[in-house]
Amino acid sequence: MSNPELVIMRTGVANLASITAAFRRQGIEPHLSSSPEQILSAPMLVVPGVGAFGAAISEMQAKGLDQALLERLSQGRSTLAICLGMQILFEGSAESPDFKGLGFIPGRATSFPASVSSPQFGWNRIETDENCQLLQPGACYFANSFKLDHAPAKWSAARARHGESFIAALEGPGLLACQFHPELSGRLGQGIIKRWLASSREGSGSC
Amino acid sequence: MLTKRLIPCLDVRDGRVVKGVQFQSLRDAGDPRELAAAYEAQGADELVMLDISATAEGRAACLDTVASIRAELSIPLCVGGGVRAASDVAALLERGADKVASNSAAVRQPELLDEFAARFGSQCTVLALDAARIADSESWDVVIDSGNQATGIDAADWAAEAESRGAGEILLTSHDRDGTGEGYDLDLIQAIASRVRIPIIASGGARNARHLQQAFSAGADAVLAASILHYKTTTLAALKADLAKAGIEVRT
Repeated sequence: MSNPELVIMRTGVANLASITAAFRRQGIEPHLSSSPEQILSAPMLVVPGVGAFGAAISEMQAKGLDQALLERLSQGRSTLAICLGMQILFEGSAESPDFKGLGFIPGRATSFPASVSSPQFGWNRIETDENCQLLQPGACYFANSFKLDHAPAKWSAARARHGESFIAALEGPGLLACQFHPELSGRLGQGIIKRWLASSREGSGSC
Repeated sequence: MLTKRLIPCLDVRDGRVVKGVQFQSLRDAGDPRELAAAYEAQGADELVMLDISATAEGRAACLDTVASIRAELSIPLCVGGGVRAASDVAALLERGADKVASNSAAVRQPELLDEFAARFGSQCTVLALDAARIADSESWDVVIDSGNQATGIDAADWAAEAESRGAGEILLTSHDRDGTGEGYDLDLIQAIASRVRIPIIASGGARNARHLQQAFSAGADAVLAASILHYKTTTLAALKADLAKAGIEVRT
């Protein structure tokens, strides 16, 4: 498998079985990789959620994956970032204040207010901006302690509430970033994955 | 706002779903993969699978069961039973569990929770806590080894310690109510909820939607149900419809 269509970035001890199974159900076999070349050039890339912010950033830096991913994103190549995979694209996170994120998405991850349970575990209803192409409103499955509070300019956003409003997902050129887990969000999540695959395949013809 | 979760529980022994009363008198309740798919279709928010095999062969079969459930399931899967070391957690995650619950081993060796949380994250470190009420009191004893062994440890203290060690969720089973249909032990749920911020899944004693509603009011974020679903006393859809009518927010 020298030129896989879909690559899942492998870092550390991330649980990749559920995301792999979700793509198999769509008839596509993902290829797990931690090679910077494949991260840069794969037609479609998934950046999964992986442990803690600081540990994920250090491991990516050690393998040269941070620069490969940034270059890929700046070229607008189709990328799906999930949970912590989304947070590492921010400028930083309250989870690991000493570490810098990739800074592709402006803003920093913050924790939930003390009045609500944390981690946020379970199904929360997302509402989507009118111009969202891939996301749709409905209940999605979250497992997170940190989140982005406001959508940066020019991004289409989905929002949810846990104590206060937060960013549930962002859509931008080439990038779909989900704070929730589409691979665990039942039919709605499968629909998002299906539309992302279809739009990625369409997009790849034009560039 | 998070919806309240309804979670079917599959107790699996040697590759088959079984269910008993107060952890005893087990009888066959079906094929795990078929039940998992049926429950997702009915609106399950998550699935818990507890491996109660007593043998190495049974354990190996359960790993295969996890993989076969994962292939179909697009909702979260929590697996517990016989988890003694980080290698057990890794094996379950690799097969497709999203969370792993530990019970007796965590009581014997509490630092396992720190290790699991550090290596795999709190989001997949679940404490399964089986509690038995101490007669005529508002205290509960932690019981282990499928309820056969009392520990003398206070359940509320243990819940708080588990949270501080990194557990991300507590699967709280009332040993007294398990399989009885008498309703959840609401005092137990309240006692634990007042001590921790992490979500609580209440388990043991559900017969109807009113029982579920009571558990949510007592402080549970999610409820586990087994017997009433396996033996088709009711369905998830019917329970959710009743809960929605009672003003409880559920995913439909």
